[in-house]
Amino acid sequence: MAGFKTRNEIRFILNGEDIALTTVAPEETLLDWLRLERTLRGTKEGCAEGDCGACTVLVGRLSAGRLVYQSVNACIRFLGSLDGTHVVTIEHLRGDGDRLHPVQQAMVDFHGSQCGFCTPGFVMSLYALWMRTPEPSDAAIEKALQGNLCRCTGYEAIIRAARAISSYGKAAKDPLAAERKVIAEKLAAMKDGARIEIGAGKQRLVVPANIDDLAALLDKEPGATIVAGSTDVGLWVTKNMREISPAIFIGNLDGLCAISEDRGIISIGAGVTYTEAFSTLAKRIPALGPLFDRIGGDQVRNMGTIGGNIANGSPIGDTPPPLIALGARLTLRRGNKRRTIPLEGFFIAHGKQDRQPGEFVETVHVPVPGRDMKFAVYKITKRRDEDITAALGAFLLTLARDGTVADIRIAYGGMAATPKRAFGVEKALLGRPWTEATVEAGMAEYARDFTPLTDMRASAEYRALAARNLLLRFFAETSGTKAPIQVSRHEAA
Amino acid sequence: MTTHAPNFKAQKIAGGVSTDQRHDSAHKHIRGTAVYIDDMPELAGTLHGCLGLSTATHATIASMDLSAVRAAPGVVDVLTASDVPGENDISPTGRHDEPVLADGKVQFFGQPIFCVIAETREQARRATRLAKVEYKELPFVTDIEVLDPRKDKLVTPPLTLRRGDATAAINAAPRRLKGKMRIGGQDHFYLEGQIAMAIPGEDQDVTIYSSTQHPSEIQHMVSHALGVPSHAVTVEIRRMGGGFGGKETQGNQFAALAAIAAKKHHRAVKIRPDRDDDMIATGKRHDFLVDYEVGFDDEGNILGVDFMFAARCGFSADLSGPVTDRALFHCDNTYFWPAVHAQSAPLYTNTVSNTAFRGFGGPQGMVGAERVIEEVAFAVGKDPLDIRKKNFYGTSDRNITPYHQKVEDNIIHRIVAELEASCDYARRRRTIEAFNANSRFIKRGLALTPVKFGISFTATHYNQAGALVHVYTDGSVHLNHGGTEMGQGLYIKVAQVVAEEFQIDLDQVKITATTTGKVPNTSATAASSGSDLNGMAAQNAARQIKDRLTNFAAEKYQVPRDQVLFLPNRVRIGNQEIAFADLVRQAYMARIQLSAAGFYKTPKIHWDRDKGEGRPFYYFAYGAACSEVSVDTLTGEYMVERTDILHETGRSLNRAIDLGQVEGGFIQGMGWLTTEELWWDDKGRLRTHAPSTYKIPLASDRPKIFNVTLADWSEASEPTIHRSKAVGEPPLPLGISVLHALSDAVASVADHRICPRLDPPATPERVLMAIERLKEEAKAGT
Repeated sequence: MAGFKTRNEIRFILNGEDIALTTVAPEETLLDWLRLERTLRGTKEGCAEGDCGACTVLVGRLSAGRLVYQSVNACIRFLGSLDGTHVVTIEHLRGDGDRLHPVQQAMVDFHGSQCGFCTPGFVMSLYALWMRTPEPSDAAIEKALQGNLCRCTGYEAIIRAARAISSYGKAAKDPLAAERKVIAEKLAAMKDGARIEIGAGKQRLVVPANIDDLAALLDKEPGATIVAGSTDVGLWVTKNMREISPAIFIGNLDGLCAISEDRGIISIGAGVTYTEAFSTLAKRIPALGPLFDRIGGDQVRNMGTIGGNIANGSPIGDTPPPLIALGARLTLRRGNKRRTIPLEGFFIAHGKQDRQPGEFVETVHVPVPGRDMKFAVYKITKRRDEDITAALGAFLLTLARDGTVADIRIAYGGMAATPKRAFGVEKALLGRPWTEATVEAGMAEYARDFTPLTDMRASAEYRALAARNLLLRFFAETSGTKAPIQVSRHEAA
Repeated sequence: MTTHAPNFKAQKIAGGVSTDQRHDSAHKHIRGTAVYIDDMPELAGTLHGCLGLSTATHATIASMDLSAVRAAPGVVDVLTASDVPGENDISPTGRHDEPVLADGKVQFFGQPIFCVIAETREQARRATRLAKVEYKELPFVTDIEVLDPRKDKLVTPPLTLRRGDATAAINAAPRRLKGKMRIGGQDHFYLEGQIAMAIPGEDQDVTIYSSTQHPSEIQHMVSHALGVPSHAVTVEIRRMGGGFGGKETQGNQFAALAAIAAKKHHRAVKIRPDRDDDMIATGKRHDFLVDYEVGFDDEGNILGVDFMFAARCGFSADLSGPVTDRALFHCDNTYFWPAVHAQSAPLYTNTVSNTAFRGFGGPQGMVGAERVIEEVAFAVGKDPLDIRKKNFYGTSDRNITPYHQKVEDNIIHRIVAELEASCDYARRRRTIEAFNANSRFIKRGLALTPVKFGISFTATHYNQAGALVHVYTDGSVHLNHGGTEMGQGLYIKVAQVVAEEFQIDLDQVKITATTTGKVPNTSATAASSGSDLNGMAAQNAARQIKDRLTNFAAEKYQVPRDQVLFLPNRVRIGNQEIAFADLVRQAYMARIQLSAAGFYKTPKIHWDRDKGEGRPFYYFAYGAACSEVSVDTLTGEYMVERTDILHETGRSLNRAIDLGQVEGGFIQGMGWLTTEELWWDDKGRLRTHAPSTYKIPLASDRPKIFNVTLADWSEASEPTIHRSKAVGEPPLPLGISVLHALSDAVASVADHRICPRLDPPATPERVLMAIERLKEEAKAGT
């Protein structure tokens, strides 16, 4: 093995303390470690599945030389994924001198806590928001709080507090800002390019040095568990008590986290998180912005990766249908061999993907729709935000000069055992004038394309009906209807 | 903490009643230093428990092989029914129908059958999965849809309310209709799950830290299960991370098992179930099937109503008796039913035993009443608000409830009139009509719904409370009472009462954890009664001490009693003023008792359940809400555009706290009626048992515009604590306005000619299906 060293410890900073751990179980979560090992019990466990936000902490990391803090769910964040980071918990917050931190003082003054159990998580989410957006809009506040549940206040008091934080102090004068430089230097020094190997047998975890190292590791140990954002694998552990050794942690891996565009194709490394992809995708393919805003909450978006969303093969993952409609392709790699396939071909059957042993998802290539194309994606859930899809439809339409459908690609999630194209519907539309009559003919084909299931999220009947109606919504959106076609939370800025 | 320096010149104390005070623990909440039970330092050797849950819905246990569990790493013991030293029962109403651990038979999927005790929580959880249990399946029923409320098995005796001859009134009415509605249940989703930690003491003693709204019941259940007297068991709770009724009886199991293991192994034992186990194994709000028949005239005057409220109670009674009773007590909401017959059916099902949840059946009763109003409105073609107002209770007549209590404090007319004006109802009604006429896919809806909520435990004997107040020689005060703090701000309110009584600054009053060792035989902190009962008991204790101080001062300074006045932080005795602390010190030197146990029992109330007559409620609390929604008729998705609330809490002890209760109660009620759906599969398994599948409201589900006002003119008609009124439960049914606004939007697709009969929870799916049904009926009708 060449080019890098191997080290046997995880190194990071917890609040003000340097941490080096040589014994870390692959399944050990940050939350358990904080509460049980460190007896830092301000961070709470509400659900142990990344859905309630009571365990929200910040993880700071150097990104292009800048120290960036993000909120994450400590309950599903593995300790093994924290090398080279600064973990900030509620215990670290403080104001000037004896004063409370501005976020905390605002929460007190506006009666933002009742039972108080969710409160540390809210404080941390608001803190992350305030650091990057000191004067947030209501839309920004609500987005920052999508991953935090409160059962007492009805949120109104928390929102009032959030609006007022900057009147209690300036983000630039944040007491934590003072230590920023020292922390950044320490984190930079920690980055030694080494592979990390801890434990053996059923207690083994590896953090590869880089993408080539990952490829080599997986080639040798095809049975290893790949852990990227752990928003899914985290639950295997906390809910199903699964053992994941040997676990290979690929979050923030060099070479896997790049996002670039070349000749109209955006290439997204499999380790790119939703948050990291957002700015590029929302700018280049605007319809993806609102969709990404409805995937999990900030904590999940800060951890979860597009690569993971694809690789885990779920029929209700939110990114595959739009990417399939866009005609995305997927690069898989084993060792130094790569192959690139259409994304839709990756999903073979429920729980079965076209991924060979030792292979991993390396890059997804997304064509940016041309100016003559119309693209939309609609997600349907029981609760608008931070909910798992009941049905999701994505549409890419190209109209010919004469107003007929030159090309159309329609893909759905939640309607079959895999993300799936609506070939019958597409066929009914192709070559026809883009009119409501054509759309109605297309809607009649859904029953042939999809036989959805009934589960706790929706009945088969509802899925079929709502999915079909989305085509009508897409028609309305693309044919200049004046009246509103969707309910909206915030008017477009 | 800062040192206290009382102001002896102050006109008013800092933090008396009717002032906005922060939650007593606000500063600790936001620092993460407020200690919940799982945050307490564990004693060396603390063990951890994990429940083994049934994987059959109704079955006898053919065999249970726990050898692999016992052999798993870290496992110290596995408790089964035979390990319960006392009685294997935790039924709160003494019906002996709810075992600590199932013995030979399981009655719902998720029923606890064994409990693993291990060195760590993770080891206990891992070991639990190794059990091999074989079941002999029995037929099961999980839904009440298929049951006959008049014939099928009940878990507790039903109630009938009757005033006048409803059948005759309905038959004689110019118009009549009947219908059926389904009302969904609700998981509490307290952010802090159930938890208990037991610490064994000497002899039979055990101390339990339990996240409970009802420490006395935990004490009784633990002593019952251990087979020891109540005096051996002490239960303490400083704070809960939310309760909402879910910790009124549901903590019993965890406390009992922790105590059994602790006594058996002489080690501290903690049991904190995972969220999924908590949601599967503990009870929820009752879902109901309501049959209604109503007779009315062409103007929409209701003449007679007949209700059947059938509830899914689960496998045991728990609190289903009083819950279904309270549903009937609220089947009138704010309306006078000239003739009424209402019956409950607390049905047995093979599901987890349903329990208390904020409102305690009352909101379900009100949802039924509002459906009747809506049906009549559609039948006569009027705005439902007109029908509501037409049928309100009168103030001098038309004021007898179905349970024969006279409504003496009716202020709903004023509440609704003020809200109707302030929310601009009439104009918005027209605006929405115009909007809908021009909007093909998105439809708006509007509804204004009233609330009247009866205050008191309907089991009269629960309406009592105790408090313990000590005044120390430095003038600082230790306060304890039987009420528990779950976030609702009870502790601060009662402390304000005591500060007011002694006329000392609030920070001179120390709030202390609720414990059965200080105040015995307490009632649950429930039924919105917390500050009414405990505030009065604490006031009573303070007054006893104040009386003694007054007598002492009068005698020592040789002045008449009426010349001893408690002023802010000082006492005027004749012509001189001395610091409160100085008087206290002098009293101590003169051997005056500076500690008192206070007591209170609610006057005037009585209830004869067999006759269905009495005055179960001391008073009523009122409010109203108006909500506007927009609905996507293609998908059923919706948004709450605006909500206006006018609610009353009497002469509020603390408006800041009350405002939080009203806002939070509304959102919780809205969640219950919209996105919170409990879903069982065909095998009887609850499949919505975590926040990933069970969706409570988020910040982005709040009304876009949310105006909440507390009526500043209201005061309790009865001499309650400083004329304040209860606030815990009454705001929850304000959420009904959202359900009816959704219904209004749905109705627009058929020109408001057909009652949508939109059943809660009105998920996007239910909304879309109602839209489709109305479109079809409209098509068929034309």
